Amino acid sequence: MAWTKKILRVNLTDGVISAEPLNMEWAQQYLGQRGLATRYFVEEVDAQVGALSPDNKFIMATGPLTGTMASTGGRYSCITKSPLTGTIACSNSGGFFGAEMKNAGWDMIILEGKSPTPVYLYVENDQARLIPAEDLWGKSVWATDEEIHKKHQDPQIRIACVGRAAESGNLFAAVVNDLHRAAGRSGVGTVLASKNVKAVALRGTRGVGNIKDMKRFMDATFEHKKVLAANAVTGAGLPTYGTQVLMNVINELGALPTRNMREVRFEGAHSVSGEAMHEPRASDGKKNLTRNGGCFGCTIACGRISSVDRTHFSVKDKPQYWGNSGGLEYEAAWALGPDTGVDDLDALTYVNFLCNEDGIDPISFGATVAAAMELFEDGVITTEQTGGIELKFGSAEALVKIAELTARGEGFGKEIGLGSKRLCEKYGRPELSMTVKGQEFPAYDPRGIQGMGLTYATSNRGACHLRSYTVSSEVLGIPVKTDPLATDGKPELVIAFQDATAAVDSSGLCIFSTFAWSLDNIAPQIDAACEGDWSVEKCAEVGARIWQLERDFNMRAGLTAADDTLPKRLLKDAANVGPAEGKVCDLGAMLPKYYELRGWTTEGQLTPETRQRYGLPS
Amino acid sequence: MNYVIIGTGPAGVVAAETLRQRESTAAITLIGDEPEPPYSRMAIPYHLIGDIAEEGTHLRKAPAHFERERIQCIQQHVSNIQVDNHQLTLADGSQLGFDKLLLATGSRAVRPPIPGMDLPGVTNCWTLADARRIIAKANAGDDVILMGAGFIGCIILEALAKRGVNLTVVEMENRMVPRMMDEQSGGLLKRWCEQQGVRVLTSTKVKAVSVAGEKLYVELETQPAMQVDLLICATGVKPNIELAKGWLQTRHGILVNRRLQTNHPDIFAAGDVAEGRDFSTGDYSVQAIQPTAVEHGFIAATNMSGGHYLHQGSVNMNVLDTMGLISASFGLWQGVENGESATLNDPEHYRYINLQFKGERLVGANTLGMTQHIGALRGLIQNRTRLGKWKDYLMDNPSRFMEAYLQQRVA
Amino acid sequence: MQKSLHIDPEKCTGCLQCEMACSYENEGVFNPSKSRIKVFTFHDEGRFVPYTCTQCDEAWCMQACPVDAIVLNFVTGAKYILNDRCVGCKVCTIACPFGTVNYNTSTGKVIKCDLCGGDPKCAEACPTGAITYIDANATGLERMRMWAAKTDTQASTHA
Repeated sequence: MAWTKKILRVNLTDGVISAEPLNMEWAQQYLGQRGLATRYFVEEVDAQVGALSPDNKFIMATGPLTGTMASTGGRYSCITKSPLTGTIACSNSGGFFGAEMKNAGWDMIILEGKSPTPVYLYVENDQARLIPAEDLWGKSVWATDEEIHKKHQDPQIRIACVGRAAESGNLFAAVVNDLHRAAGRSGVGTVLASKNVKAVALRGTRGVGNIKDMKRFMDATFEHKKVLAANAVTGAGLPTYGTQVLMNVINELGALPTRNMREVRFEGAHSVSGEAMHEPRASDGKKNLTRNGGCFGCTIACGRISSVDRTHFSVKDKPQYWGNSGGLEYEAAWALGPDTGVDDLDALTYVNFLCNEDGIDPISFGATVAAAMELFEDGVITTEQTGGIELKFGSAEALVKIAELTARGEGFGKEIGLGSKRLCEKYGRPELSMTVKGQEFPAYDPRGIQGMGLTYATSNRGACHLRSYTVSSEVLGIPVKTDPLATDGKPELVIAFQDATAAVDSSGLCIFSTFAWSLDNIAPQIDAACEGDWSVEKCAEVGARIWQLERDFNMRAGLTAADDTLPKRLLKDAANVGPAEGKVCDLGAMLPKYYELRGWTTEGQLTPETRQRYGLPS
Repeated sequence: MNYVIIGTGPAGVVAAETLRQRESTAAITLIGDEPEPPYSRMAIPYHLIGDIAEEGTHLRKAPAHFERERIQCIQQHVSNIQVDNHQLTLADGSQLGFDKLLLATGSRAVRPPIPGMDLPGVTNCWTLADARRIIAKANAGDDVILMGAGFIGCIILEALAKRGVNLTVVEMENRMVPRMMDEQSGGLLKRWCEQQGVRVLTSTKVKAVSVAGEKLYVELETQPAMQVDLLICATGVKPNIELAKGWLQTRHGILVNRRLQTNHPDIFAAGDVAEGRDFSTGDYSVQAIQPTAVEHGFIAATNMSGGHYLHQGSVNMNVLDTMGLISASFGLWQGVENGESATLNDPEHYRYINLQFKGERLVGANTLGMTQHIGALRGLIQNRTRLGKWKDYLMDNPSRFMEAYLQQRVA
Repeated sequence: MQKSLHIDPEKCTGCLQCEMACSYENEGVFNPSKSRIKVFTFHDEGRFVPYTCTQCDEAWCMQACPVDAIVLNFVTGAKYILNDRCVGCKVCTIACPFGTVNYNTSTGKVIKCDLCGGDPKCAEACPTGAITYIDANATGLERMRMWAAKTDTQASTHA
């Protein structure tokens, strides 16, 4: 149980909306959210489909613990085929939208086809309607949010929507919910916009019940909340500094990719760190960080709520940006800061606001700007292409201008919206794109954290830290400390993280809980809530099944083993400083073993035995 | 002290209880002329639906509440008051003395001067006796006309519809609840009722009623005549000022000062019969609503028993559930001269909000389809909250009133 | 010593554990829309404000109730709804100037905070100590009540 056992299916082409029961056999195999939605997706969508074709589908899915009292149980995911990578896309978001979906009585919303005109989907419990959105098209996420709240006269509606970037075809556009929480990666917003859907607005008042054993569930969630509170990372580090607690740590380690990953340490790291967000600024004595905020049900509350210095050049004439909004998380701060060489905290915060306001992934955006900066410094692109912007590493002015253009899908911002792979290919320098499968890297240099190299190369959605966050083990020692520079044991480590993560991503819980929780903490909460047996072993097996299913989709979509690699820079150019000095990422030492352990051929295909072992659809 | 209260509605009962709280030894007598324990007219519709038994309408539920409070209850009509010797005469001729007297005689349903309104098939819906009559006569399949789509009319609509009668509503104004809701929301209410299968005729009147065999023959202005089994008249109420007439100052109701005292120092008035102070206008008028009756009862009793409590005025407000669509009005919902207003209207979903401002203060509101935190609208009006920048926010999006309220509170 | 809910918005992260605990206690499911305590977000200011009934002395709701369905718990000081008496007339929802009595369309009755009979679940669930249940005189309750008393009808002195 815990599932509502209901799916809302919306055919955008003909406007037909229907309810259907959740496939409970699949729920036992794939749990919910990421896994279960992927199972539906592979059943219903041809892997060769064009990501922006009406034949692609777009699923918003919750997990069985979404909307419950389990700490961090506020997640939902957007599952579709990515226009950026051509792989399965699964972008996870917090905020309050997922819980509202459950409260409205739905485990998933499947959007299919393409609406002839712009619309938004409004769901109030079991009533769902497509509402014309011509008036909202061309508006930002923030303006759309405001308009929809006004239209329905209900401040409690939860809204996920796309901004102008997605409308303009930006390939890394996000779906932003609750103003500043995002299903950020892989261009899921681009797909939603391609279907002429501006927003999904939800109001749910039915409540989330269906808990298998309520007393056991309440006891388990209570018990494990105490674990989060007592843990140094989830109980202190994250609430205080957010994920930005990592900026100085990773920089020290010589694993902070800098200036398009040419370097591994950033001299300005402190200025854009979590600690700096706590320092009073000169102009008004206020801190960048106003407070920490939690997503639905989260007792960690790592979210940053920040403001920009009103006297800062980026906002001094724009009072609409003087208030508080979602502040910098580590990955965003890294992409916008060290990777572009910019050390101006206010500029980064403002640009982060813009990313939320118009729905773009700050990681892909920052990394693409970094690639463009390298192209600019190499003279491949000039002010002629950039429209006069001196696109130099370290220029906060350039970053701000490019962000404004990209958010709105204007000028050179349209080229940035291609993502780094297509941009670098366009200008004949593909080797400058720091991507895997077309998706930009996050903030951990795999020369200094070897397991992350394997993580990036094998991630089912392109370069991503959230598919197996071995940083936990290799840097923080969670659950056990491993040597970040070693490759031995990393295939096993990566697989364990990938499987556990897939299970967590399918439960409704947040992956950040796993700084303190392992499946030993999580499985009992799932088991108390959900019918069936949800032992640690079963959760891990479900995670592995999900991983194999995603992989299988990608291979059908036309990817090959050759796509499981890293940019040459990381494989050939050694780190110039720090503990990893002289090292490259030794992917070759890890990948074959990984394939073997996964039960794949040397071409990276699932063997028939593997397919059978996990009961994958043929 | 010997206190006598005439009227067993909320004003009378609250006054009696307040007096008891303030004076443990006083003699307190509560006189009502209906053959029932004190009950609430607000609850009658829920009795008509069958949600509650008759006892569910009673104002006080604890067994022997009035005996326990040592409040003597008399069920008799008061014939007249001899103010000079502080005495009153009951219908059975007996005499009762008092030191202080509270007139809380309430109001009664009136019938317009139309031929045939005294026929047996015509009833009001005001008292428990009326309710019994309706329950007996309005049954599934019966044809019923409800005259008047004011507050009372609307609140019994659902009960009548649920009883399965073929219902037609006749309202002389151009919309429903014209004295509570503005044109847009009153119009929406009408559309809502029609969607629920109720025939609503606005801007028309009943001209005459006569007997046609077993049925009533009802002639209408500008509409074809109808034959019905029952005609319920809910065209308005009027204060019961007869006992005061001639010797106390009266207008529409009994005139009182801010202590709820009449022009006779020992006689007070409260509730529907009193022209109390209106918070919003500062003028004196009959509001005829439950919360005002309660305030009156409390303040009058406090002053009768030696207290000094000046009534700042009651905020006129109403909340109404018309077949599941909830509407509310507060204060000067019609707006004020040189005021400003903000509206959001979503007719498709029957949601509507209108706020009326004077300067940076909220003075009135109408809402339709809202159930959450609406009391804060009263709070904002009654606190005369200076809204500051929230005035602009509310002008842009009036549905954010609770945030505006809270912002003032925690700022 | 009577206790009351003390709310410190400075500590609130807006996680809504309180709303879930409240709705679970009262409705048996996790349903923030039926919670008696509500966290309001002031996005621009970066503030979260939990808000519920202060169990005010004036008890506007209790006074206005036409059917004696709101009563006082003498131990906790809470005014609570008797569901079998409440007819759902909603007069209390407009009478409460704090906006803390709400109509529940699914039951046809009103709901308000009743301090969970002296063991408020919101306070228990709050992970940051933003909601606590402590001695009334330490809560600033007087200050809140004075604020309540600013409502003009209560401005005059009681005798």
